[in-house]
Amino acid sequence: MSGMTLERSPTTTGEAVDNYTINFGPQHPAAHGVLRMVMELDGEVIERVDPHVGLLHRGTEKLIEHKTYLQALPYFDRLDYCSPLCMEHSYVLAVEKLLNIEVPLRAQYLRVLFAELSRICNHMLNMGSHVMDVGAMTPNLWLFEIREDCMNFFERASGARMHAAWYRPGGVHQDVPLKLLTDIGDWLDTRLPQLFDDAMSLVVDNRIFKQRNVDIALVSRDDAIAWGFSGPMIRAAGIPWDLRKSQPYDVYDRMDFEVPVGTNSDCYDRFMVRVEEVRQSARIMKQCLREMPEGPIASTDRKVVPPKRAEMKSSMESLIHHFKLYTEGFHVPAGEVYVATESPKGEFGVYLVSDGSNKPYRCKIRPTAFSHLQAMDMMCKGHMLPDATAILGAIDVVFGECDR
Amino acid sequence: MAVLHSAPRFASNEGVLDSLSLALGSMLVSAKDEMGEVVLTVQRDRVEDALRLLRDLHQYQQLMEIAGADYPSRAERFEVVYMLLSLTKNHRVMVKVSAAENTPVPTVTTLWPVAGWLEREVFDMYGVVFAGNPDLRRILTDYGFEGHPFRKDFPLTGYVELRYSEEDKRVVYEPVKLAQDLRSFDFMSPWEGADYVLPGDEKAGTPPVAEAKVTESPKQTGAGAPAEAKSHEKVVPTAVKATDKAEPGAPDPTAKRDDRPADGAASDKAGSGPAPEGS
Repeated sequence: MSGMTLERSPTTTGEAVDNYTINFGPQHPAAHGVLRMVMELDGEVIERVDPHVGLLHRGTEKLIEHKTYLQALPYFDRLDYCSPLCMEHSYVLAVEKLLNIEVPLRAQYLRVLFAELSRICNHMLNMGSHVMDVGAMTPNLWLFEIREDCMNFFERASGARMHAAWYRPGGVHQDVPLKLLTDIGDWLDTRLPQLFDDAMSLVVDNRIFKQRNVDIALVSRDDAIAWGFSGPMIRAAGIPWDLRKSQPYDVYDRMDFEVPVGTNSDCYDRFMVRVEEVRQSARIMKQCLREMPEGPIASTDRKVVPPKRAEMKSSMESLIHHFKLYTEGFHVPAGEVYVATESPKGEFGVYLVSDGSNKPYRCKIRPTAFSHLQAMDMMCKGHMLPDATAILGAIDVVFGECDR
Repeated sequence: MAVLHSAPRFASNEGVLDSLSLALGSMLVSAKDEMGEVVLTVQRDRVEDALRLLRDLHQYQQLMEIAGADYPSRAERFEVVYMLLSLTKNHRVMVKVSAAENTPVPTVTTLWPVAGWLEREVFDMYGVVFAGNPDLRRILTDYGFEGHPFRKDFPLTGYVELRYSEEDKRVVYEPVKLAQDLRSFDFMSPWEGADYVLPGDEKAGTPPVAEAKVTESPKQTGAGAPAEAKSHEKVVPTAVKATDKAEPGAPDPTAKRDDRPADGAASDKAGSGPAPEGS
């Protein structure tokens, strides 16, 4: 071990103390999945962090190159499995941008509604585990109650609790029953604020929670920009940057919501930005429910969106379209686009290259956690070892997305 | 073309292409504005200068992503695409360079620290070398992995698979053995996409024979002399002989059979069955 600094330990009787290296993970409950961090410590102070990612690499982008555009969609659920619908959102918008296809208004409202429900669902998991990483058990269990409700709503809309595959190029797969919408409305008015405020009342002014998070991992505005931060990480640094506001997609330009920003750019601010985002998401969802029009839930372009089964029973044309779309799939005009949406964790982008065939030529996925994790070294330097868990919790990493 | 889709709407591309092309000057190779995306291809050696110019003078503050792509038919087969975002102008551009296996691309870690891992990923997946990157290790693939998996000539299944070996008490790597061929369905319509000869179509080119070959009598079947000799005999199906003895059928499920233990449970008690694992 060359280059190590030897120093006199003030606590012992004069023997030299070396820096030492430990492995944080890959099987560590606070590593939020399979993250291995090689840490160089001076006593309990972190000198250097080298995160090793890729332990969950599955070659999603390569697999997508071998699938048709529709078959590639479910891979996106499996990226960030805490907010699956937001992952699909970037992909379907990228395909729609290449196709230049119009999406009916009801489908756009449904997508925004469920993207925001995913955001709440995601933040419940992140905030709960963040709180648990710094020592509190109860809020996590209470927040999981909300998450369970969200999962039930996903199930009622798509049939799957997590891997919904419900957004489709051109719209959504199926319409939702009216009762589901009214139930979501009731939930937003009663259960969500009650459970959420209860859980937050235990955390936000908690002395221990503040001691563990305030002034931890301060990141300046310039650093946040240079390190490619996005989402709550860049907003906590005081930059009001939200793709839903600045580059609206679907019907976000009609939505009335605020973008919370932090003042101090520490782990506590990142947490509090997410707390406020949950409230703003609930506000967007209520507006969606109020304004959602009746109408088709997917484009009527039969060269992209398959017909309903009932239609197939009587129409030869529909039968042919259905057969062609589920075997060959639709062709996408040659071109390349980079489409990024505001996922709960930050900017989630898809760089899609089409060569005019029925399969993507290249599909590069821009994960949020990749850039944020890279800054771990910068953020952890000089902090204590237990702060690393708080920093990691505030980044909100999910390795399905980071490693792809 | 009218914009029908509902993908993210950032600031207008109008005039951006011209002004940036002018600013990049000799660094620019080509530029296009298609599908709502401004794509600037610059010279590989000057990419750092080009990106610095875009960052410092044209307010593209953030590097969001570096994507690699492989086009094996080209002389310089790889493309490296930098996605730039301007927070102040609310605009995105893509900057591209092309590269081959043996032509390093200058690093941009000098401009954005975030480029470190992004370049590592492109190196890992495509083998594009970034000159000046201080830490160009593999990032997503396994420790000790060989090859660059996202190249188009790298097979989807890879070359090695790993399993835990009970004998060696460790993970071992072995060449990939597929129990079933990897299914790669081709659903492209033969009228539009197929660039190969459809099964059976290869016969279309062969010239027709002068005299059609026919088989008018059994003699012409070509089965040989014994068959020809017997070709006039009538074949009579042999009748099934009836016997007075009944054929033994399958035993009734409930029938008592002497060669078997009468009761399954009793044999278990006797301990004749295999011992349960771990007992």
